[in-house]
Amino acid sequence: MSWEVVIGLEVHVQVNTKTKAFCGCSTAFGAEPNTQTCPVCLGMPGQLPVLNAEAVQKTILTGLAINATINLESRFDRKNYFYPDLPKGYQISQFAVPLVEKGYLDIPVGDGEKRIGITRIHMEEDAGKSMHEGLEGVSHIDLNRSGVPLMEIVSEPDMRSADEAIAYLKQLHQLIRFLDVSDGDMEKGQFRCDANVSVRRPGEPFGTRAELKNLNSFRFIKQAIEYEANRQIELIEDGGEVVQETRLFDSAKGESRSMRSKEEAHDYRYFPEPDLPPLRVSAEEVAAIRAGMPELPGQLRQRFEQEYGLSAYDADVLTQTRELATWYEQLVAAHPKDPKRCANWMANELLGRLNEAGRDIADSPVNAQALAGLLDRIEDGTISGKIAKDVLDAMMASGDSADAVIEAKGLKQVSDTGAIDALIREVMAANPQQVEQYRNGRDKLFGFFVGQVMKATRGQANPAVVNQRLKILLQD
Amino acid sequence: MDIDVKNVAMLARIRLTDAEATELGPQLERIVGYVEQLAAVNTEGVTATAHPHDMAMPLRADVVSNTNQRDALQTAAPKTESGLYVVPKVIE
Repeated sequence: MSWEVVIGLEVHVQVNTKTKAFCGCSTAFGAEPNTQTCPVCLGMPGQLPVLNAEAVQKTILTGLAINATINLESRFDRKNYFYPDLPKGYQISQFAVPLVEKGYLDIPVGDGEKRIGITRIHMEEDAGKSMHEGLEGVSHIDLNRSGVPLMEIVSEPDMRSADEAIAYLKQLHQLIRFLDVSDGDMEKGQFRCDANVSVRRPGEPFGTRAELKNLNSFRFIKQAIEYEANRQIELIEDGGEVVQETRLFDSAKGESRSMRSKEEAHDYRYFPEPDLPPLRVSAEEVAAIRAGMPELPGQLRQRFEQEYGLSAYDADVLTQTRELATWYEQLVAAHPKDPKRCANWMANELLGRLNEAGRDIADSPVNAQALAGLLDRIEDGTISGKIAKDVLDAMMASGDSADAVIEAKGLKQVSDTGAIDALIREVMAANPQQVEQYRNGRDKLFGFFVGQVMKATRGQANPAVVNQRLKILLQD
Repeated sequence: MDIDVKNVAMLARIRLTDAEATELGPQLERIVGYVEQLAAVNTEGVTATAHPHDMAMPLRADVVSNTNQRDALQTAAPKTESGLYVVPKVIE
């Protein structure tokens, strides 16, 4: 009998505000340790938190994008635990009534889609950073991150494989970046995931779950979930029982270990945060935030397919980030005659070259206007598509315009029938046997003549004109 | 009402002797029992009070208003090194 894996995910997303959740300290990454702190985020006695309006708006925007309910009144609670990177001895979070509830995200699964429920998004504050490596008997604490606003996005246990979990995370990651509510840089810890994993026989009630912590890349998340599901299946098949616990995934060893010590300490004793009155937002404010919602990846993909006639694949590639989509639309605006040609050249040629160079579209040496300039020269027959690829290489290297490269290298396509006719006559004179055979019915030789003429012009002859003239001259 | 005084003390990081725990148990129970009288009030149809003041939360504009005060703030710390707080080793 088969096993079914059941996965629910909790994602902590750092909201990209300029200041912390409850004080006016900067959130800029990479500052000298403890230079972005104040009495509020250090938990000094008598300090009062004041909530950041921008963090509220960005959380609401995210809620609207996942079709969730926005609670017009929500509350803050204290989650109590002791750890040196949490100076107050509690984290301000939303426990009883979160700002956002009951949404969903549709994720691609195989050829179709699957709806993953999102239980809630609540606002909370981040803790500081502790460092242990290379230290004897002590730990070092940097509290610059203490108080940075987070959204915790909690899914329903709706995923049934590690691949579905990854598809959900990628979709969510793309969404928060499109909305510009977070930079989502996983290496900087701006998008962190905890996974609740259990196994069961299909149709039976949920099994006991283990919570996996410390998952900070898509690859590790997949590994960790698969490892954990197998561990539980083996345990049960050997007559054992899964215990509810927190496990820490060790990416270097590819396995997880129990953090039972942490379990005992985790009795959070939530209670209402007395320093903060309820958060009230009006229906009008929510409507205004909804009105400012940018086009979402799914809508953009659909529009690219319909408006520009792109394939599903190209539309997907060009809507991976908002920057790519904007770049593509700038390209189409500059070369409106052929949006499909724009997509092909951007997705296959330009992005391929940028990828190889390890560069991002934002620092492409060829901008949308410049690429449009190249496509214009293909359009008007100045160069062939084949030559254009060489021109693009040169443009990438030098930053010159297409026209400058074509001019400097003398790559102009020869479309002049007089010149092409002369070349064809030369080729025919040099290959009398083949001309004879062609005239006697060996049609296949046509390709040979095209090749010879193109070779004689180093690929610069206009292929359409060559074809047309060859047909006529070979008949004579 | 039976309070696990030792567990409560552990969660609050307060060290208690057995004698203190024995003494505090009944005292804590009396306090909780006093507050529990509220449970007798019929609150049906009454909206839960989120906060004693009936006010909405004032919000703050997202503008950096604090500057680096590390040196002053760290005078309160028992130990620092290169700008970092030094604490007893936390075992992960």
